[in-house]
Amino acid sequence: MQVDRHEIALSVNGTSYRREVESRMLLSDFLRHELMLAGTHVGCEHGVCGACTVLLDGAPVRSCLMFAVQADGHELATIEGLASQAGLHPIQQAMHDHHGLQCGYCTPGILMTMTAFLAENPAPTEAEVREALSGNLCRCTGYQNIVDAMLAAAKAMRESAP
Amino acid sequence: MTTRFFGAPVKRNEDRKLLTGQALFIDDVELPGMLHAAFLRSQVAHARIKQIDVSAALQRKGVIAVYTAEDLGAYWQPGPLLVPPPPVPGIVFNLRSHVPLAKDVVRCAGEPLAIVVAESRYIAEDALDDISVDLEMLPAVVDLEKALEKGATYVHPGLGTNVAAHVRQSKGDYRSAAAKAHLTLKRRFRYEHGISSPIETRGVVAQWDARAEHLTVWDTTQAPVFVRNGLAAALGLGEGQVRVIAPFVGGGFGPKIMMLYPEEATLPWIAMRLNRPVKWIEDRYEHFVATTHERGQIHDAEIALTRDGRILGVKDVFLHDNGAYNPYGLTVPINSQCTLLGPYVIPAYDSTFTSVFTNLPIVTPYRGAGRQHGVFVIERLLDLAAYELGIDPAEIRRRNLIPKDAFPYKNEIIYQDFAPLEYDSGDYEPVLDKALEAIGYADFVSTEQPKLRAQGRAVGISIACYVEGTGIGPYEGAKVQVRANGKVSVATGIGTQGQGHFTSFAQIVADQLGVDVTDVDIVTGDTDRFYWGAGTFASRGAVVAGNAVSEASQAVRKKALKLASDAFECAEEDLVLADGKVSIVGIPEKFIRLGELAQRANPMRGAVKPGTEPGLESTQYFGPPSGSTANGVHAAIIEVDAATYELKILRYVVVHDCGTVINPMILEGQIHGGVAQGIGNAFYEKLAFDEQGQLLNASLADYLLPTSLEVPRMELDHTVTPSPLNPLGIKGAGEAGAIPVGPLFAQAIEDALQLKQRGIELLEIPLSPSRVFELVQERHREGGGT
Repeated sequence: MQVDRHEIALSVNGTSYRREVESRMLLSDFLRHELMLAGTHVGCEHGVCGACTVLLDGAPVRSCLMFAVQADGHELATIEGLASQAGLHPIQQAMHDHHGLQCGYCTPGILMTMTAFLAENPAPTEAEVREALSGNLCRCTGYQNIVDAMLAAAKAMRESAP
Repeated sequence: MTTRFFGAPVKRNEDRKLLTGQALFIDDVELPGMLHAAFLRSQVAHARIKQIDVSAALQRKGVIAVYTAEDLGAYWQPGPLLVPPPPVPGIVFNLRSHVPLAKDVVRCAGEPLAIVVAESRYIAEDALDDISVDLEMLPAVVDLEKALEKGATYVHPGLGTNVAAHVRQSKGDYRSAAAKAHLTLKRRFRYEHGISSPIETRGVVAQWDARAEHLTVWDTTQAPVFVRNGLAAALGLGEGQVRVIAPFVGGGFGPKIMMLYPEEATLPWIAMRLNRPVKWIEDRYEHFVATTHERGQIHDAEIALTRDGRILGVKDVFLHDNGAYNPYGLTVPINSQCTLLGPYVIPAYDSTFTSVFTNLPIVTPYRGAGRQHGVFVIERLLDLAAYELGIDPAEIRRRNLIPKDAFPYKNEIIYQDFAPLEYDSGDYEPVLDKALEAIGYADFVSTEQPKLRAQGRAVGISIACYVEGTGIGPYEGAKVQVRANGKVSVATGIGTQGQGHFTSFAQIVADQLGVDVTDVDIVTGDTDRFYWGAGTFASRGAVVAGNAVSEASQAVRKKALKLASDAFECAEEDLVLADGKVSIVGIPEKFIRLGELAQRANPMRGAVKPGTEPGLESTQYFGPPSGSTANGVHAAIIEVDAATYELKILRYVVVHDCGTVINPMILEGQIHGGVAQGIGNAFYEKLAFDEQGQLLNASLADYLLPTSLEVPRMELDHTVTPSPLNPLGIKGAGEAGAIPVGPLFAQAIEDALQLKQRGIELLEIPLSPSRVFELVQERHREGGGT
C-alpha cells in the first residue's frame, strides 16, 4: 500500500506540535503514541464508549473517530492539561471528593466531556447532567457518584466565578 | 491503637494519578524497538482447518513474522486447568483446555488462527487481510439441549459426548419432602449472563532481556502471580526469571483472571524468539469473542412447600454452557448450584447439573460468577409460590430465612473452594426489614400502588434476597516495610482493577502504625515486589489480602515498639505509637520517629541479635479456612410503559451485610457498580448468537451497556455481622450488587403489568422491552390473558 503522509501543525494543551503523519492515523493514536499523551484512553475505537473524548477548539470530540490530519490547524485539550500549577481542576477535585472513579479508565473522557458541558451549562439539573454524561460509558461506578461530583463541581465553579 | 482511618470514608490515594492522566495502563507501556502483534481470528464457529497461507503477509513491508500453530512447535500445548473440579462423589469432569492457536480444528468464532508481528499495529492489521485461510465448515453446536441429543455434532470428537461435566449434590431427601408438601411447583428457567466488557480491553506487552535472561510481561491480569508461574513453566524458565506486572487495569470483573489466554501465552514466546519487545492490545470487536463470557443455563427446578409457605425442598436439574473449552473447571456452575440455596432454610435439596461443550467462546466467572443463575431460580420459585399460596412475596421470604441462632449454618454440600458450604455468620431478618422499610413496602402496596393503577400507571414493586460466598482461600500475603523517611510501603500479590486497594489497605496499615493514610504506598500486581499470592477474584481482596496486610502491620508495630523500648529503656506498655513516632506516655516530647527506628533496625555496626531480622518490616500471610458469606436484600419500584415496555426505575434500595467495613465510601461504590452491571444483565445486555455460533451484536453500539440514563440513584444501607473466619471480621462485597437484580426486575415487571393475573410468567433473563412484548403476545396468541 502506498503510504500517504502529511505534515500537520496543531496545539495540544497550549503547546504547538508539528509532525508528519500517515493520513489514516487516528487522532487517538496520534495523541497517545506520537505525542506520548497517553492520558487519553481508547475503549472501543468505534465512537460509543467516549473514553477517548478530547476537546477540539473547546468542543468534545471522539478522538478515535477522527484522523490526526483532521486536527491540523486546531487547538486540542486533553486530560493532561486539565490540572494547573494551582492543583486539580474543580471537576477533578469533585470526582476525588465524591468517589466518582474506580478503575479510572473512562475518567479522562468523562472529565473532558463534562468540562465542555459545564462551560455551556454552569447550573445543570441532575437530569441534564445524566443526559450529558450518557455518551460516556463507565463499567465500575454505576454513574451515581459521577453525577454527584458534577453537580458539586458546577456549584464550586459557580461560587468561585468572579 | 486508635482507629482513625479503619471504617472511615477515606478518599482514595490512587485518584490523583488517574484524574490527571498519569496512571500507567497497559497500552501506555512504550519500549524502544517495540513490535506490535495482531491476531487473525476464525470468523466461523466450527471448522476443519485445511490450509493457512501466510506467504503474502510475510511479503508486506514492515511485517516481521507470522506464526501459526505449526510454527509454535513444542510450545503449542493446551493451557493448564486453572481450578480442578471439587471433590464431589461421582463427579464427571472431562477437561478440554484451550490452545494458543487453533490447530486442525476451530471450535469457536474468535479462536485465533495466526499471529502477525509488525513494526506498527496498522501494518499488523493490514497483514491479517493478506493471510488466506481454507476452512471446511462443520455444523456448530450452539443449543444446549440439542448438544446432548443423539447424533449431535461433537465439539471434541475424541470425547464421544458434549458433556463437559456432570455433578450431583444433595442434602436431605427431596422425594419425601415433596410427598409431604401442600404445594409443588415446577418451571423451566433460562438465565444468561453476558460479557463483563470493562472499558479497558485486555492487553499484553512482553520484553525479553537476552543478556539478563529475564522476561518482563505487562499484563491486564487479575492474577499476576499465577500468570508468572504459568509462563515460567511453559517457557522453561525459573519463576525468578519472569516478572509479571499488572499495571493500572481498567476494570476486570472476572474475565481478566482467565489464563493463559492465547495472547498471554504467545507474546512472551515471540518476544524471546525475536528478542524485541512486543505489544498486543485487544480491540473492542475482538473483546467480544476473544475474552471469556459467562452466558447461559437452563434450569428445570421444582420447589415443595407447606401451606404456610415454608420450603420443604428444592429439586433442580440444569444445563450449563461452558463454551468450547473448560480451563476454568466448574466454578461457575458450582456457584449456581450452591447459591441457589440463598439465605433460606431448605431442608432437602437435590441439584444436578450437566456442563455442556458448545462452539461458543469459553465461559469463566464474571462478577457474580454463576450465583445470579441460582438466585434467579430460587427467588422466582418463591414468587410463584407466594402467588399460588396467597402470601405476600416479602412475607414468604421472611418465613424461610435462616434464623440468627442457626449460625454457623451447614448446607451439607461442597462449595467452589472445596470446603463444605457453611455460612459463617449472619442475621438476615433485620436486613429484610431495613429494605422493606426503606422502600416503604407496606405503604406502597396498600396505598400508593392502587392510586397509581387508578391513574393508569403500571408501577410494580419487588424484593429479592441473596447470599454471596466471598473471601475464599487459599491465601494472600503482604510485606509491610517502614522506610527511612518514615513512610510505609506495602506490597501484596493481588492485582487491582479499581477496587481501591491503594486506600483500603493503607487504612489498615495507617491505624496500626500511627501514620497518615497518605503516607502508605501500596504496590499490587508486581511479582518482583511480592512473590506469592493468588489474585483478585471471588470478592476476596479485602478479606484475604486485607487480613494479611493487617497481620504484617501488627508485626511491624510490635517490632517498632520493641526497638523503641530498647532505646528508651522502658516497658513497651509505656509507649504510644502515633503521628509517625513512638513516644513515652505522658512525655510527648520524648519520642523517636518511625523512620529513625527503621534506620536503627538496619545498623551499620554492632550485631543484629539472633532470632531477629534487620529492617522495620514484616511479611505475613493469611488463609481463611473457608469463605465468609455476605448477604443482602435489594428492593425496587419500577414503572413500565404499558405500550412500549420501556421501564423506569423509580426507587432502588440495597441493604447489605458484608461484616466489618474498611471504607464505606469504597463499599458503596462497589455496590453501585455491581447494581449497574446487574441492570445491564437484567434488561439490556444479551449476547445474541445465531445458529452458526456467530455473535451478531459484537459492538458497543449493538450490545448495550447501561448508561447514566438507565442506572438510577440507589439508596444504600447496611448491617454488620462480622465474620468469625478472619481477625478483621470482613466479608467480601465486590459481587453483591450484581447478584439479585435479575429476579428483582422480573418480579417488578410482573407486578407492574399484573402479568401473573394474565397468566404470564417471566422466567428468563435478560429481558428487554421487545422480549416482554413477545411474551405478552405469545400469551395473547394462546388465547389467554388480556
